[in-house]
Amino acid sequence: MDVLIILIKAGLVVFALLNLAGLLTWAERKQSAIMQDRVGPNRANIGKLTLAGLLHPVADGIKMITKEDFIPEGANRALHTLAPAAALFPALVVFAVIPFGDTLHLFGREIPLQVASLNVGIVYIFAISSLAVYGTMLAGWASNNNYALLGGLRASSQMISYELSIGLSILGILLIYESAQLDVIVQKQGELLWGFLPKWGIFLQPLAFLLFLGAAMAENKRAPFDMPEGESEIIGYFVEYSSMKFGMFFLAEFVEIIIVSGLTVTLFFGGWQFPYLQATGFVWPFGWGELALPHLFVVLMQVGTFAVKVLIGCWILLLIRWTLPRFRYDQIMRLGWKVWFELALINLLLTAIIVLWVT
Amino acid sequence: MEAFLFWIFAIVGVFCGGMVVWHRNPMGSAIYLVVTMLCLSGFYALLNGALVSVIQVLIYAGAVMVLMLFVIMMLNVQAASEEREGSLPVWIGAGVVGLVVLVKFALLLQYGKPPEAAEEFGTIQGVGAALFSTYVLPFELISVLLVVAVIGAVILTKRRAL
Repeated sequence: MDVLIILIKAGLVVFALLNLAGLLTWAERKQSAIMQDRVGPNRANIGKLTLAGLLHPVADGIKMITKEDFIPEGANRALHTLAPAAALFPALVVFAVIPFGDTLHLFGREIPLQVASLNVGIVYIFAISSLAVYGTMLAGWASNNNYALLGGLRASSQMISYELSIGLSILGILLIYESAQLDVIVQKQGELLWGFLPKWGIFLQPLAFLLFLGAAMAENKRAPFDMPEGESEIIGYFVEYSSMKFGMFFLAEFVEIIIVSGLTVTLFFGGWQFPYLQATGFVWPFGWGELALPHLFVVLMQVGTFAVKVLIGCWILLLIRWTLPRFRYDQIMRLGWKVWFELALINLLLTAIIVLWVT
Repeated sequence: MEAFLFWIFAIVGVFCGGMVVWHRNPMGSAIYLVVTMLCLSGFYALLNGALVSVIQVLIYAGAVMVLMLFVIMMLNVQAASEEREGSLPVWIGAGVVGLVVLVKFALLLQYGKPPEAAEEFGTIQGVGAALFSTYVLPFELISVLLVVAVIGAVILTKRRAL
């Protein structure tokens, strides 16, 4: 029974991730269209039904699957096939440790709304995201194309460089909440600071938030960090990929947007915490009384809060992607190693001193 | 469930470990080694060593093997073309070592008892407390060693500028 519950939760999370990723392709095209004063996708239809272009993700999916799957001559067939899977896999499994709600009491059972509550949650995220580099490296190498190889090298060195800033910026959070377990971290963000301000990560670690978001975007390889792909002028690591194998790289990119948003929300914006909402209902600050709510309603509200926060995060990431121009490659490297790395170290040092001083 | 997972990790791990040695292409060998590392991390997780299992993925699969792949990619190492040679003493030596290890494991399985794991065992808190109390000296020595390695790497790459 426990295994069944875990399987159901894992299935739900993967289902939500993949569908949201598909929706995000539509959202991105509409968003860019609005920002560039265009109409955006509006042609795919069933009869007269276009649903504001919402059928385009479906049409794209059909197109990807039915296209010719081409492996270039002299390429390593096994690794060429493995690379897209290696790119998609880490994106899909990171979400396992992200809690999307508090404990649900149903039929006398306690169901934590999180696929796996790991004691080493944060380290698990580091570990899995360090595997993401294999997809790009293998794709670049196995394509038997020098441009793809160079693109793969660009991508992997960029990802390795920014992993440092990601790790160091999250460590501050770990110091403050004194746990690496993500459900505990979210739990503790429900407490109040000075009696009214939710103890969210962004209020306690504003610098770490900026560093984390920027480094995670670099890890995601989207503009302004889309040097590895550079679809408009320089050639990226998946130039030799077609059909659903390309689709998997594409899907991985969009799932990673959700992951970045979900992690940011979990670590810096209180996860599923709605301000002043406790397990029994609203408890207003300054002693303004309480508002008791039924358990199921509270849980629904928590999951809804998390979903809305993640969607807003995705939307902001899309906004950034269509607002900023691309960095030059040496600028990316300089920024990663000579600015963000140092800032993250300073932030960690200051946090450690303050935590030591307070306790 | 645990036995099921154990056998999956065991079979995949041993197969991939063998393929690391037998595969002709260095890139293929490296990828098989990555999978072996992941299987080892699965074993650690089954043994309650949550932190060690995650660190195994982070350090070996995520960092060391990435470096190896970089080297293979940049040097463009080709697949081995000729038959592997092995002289008789080498084969005998390998056989003896294998036999000793096998016997040792058999004895261990027969007579050894697994120690009881404390509640903190394998968690971040448990490992951290052990590192900073019982094993603080080796821990600090290793950190010095790492700093030396980092400085050495910087100096090697900056030699022309100096």
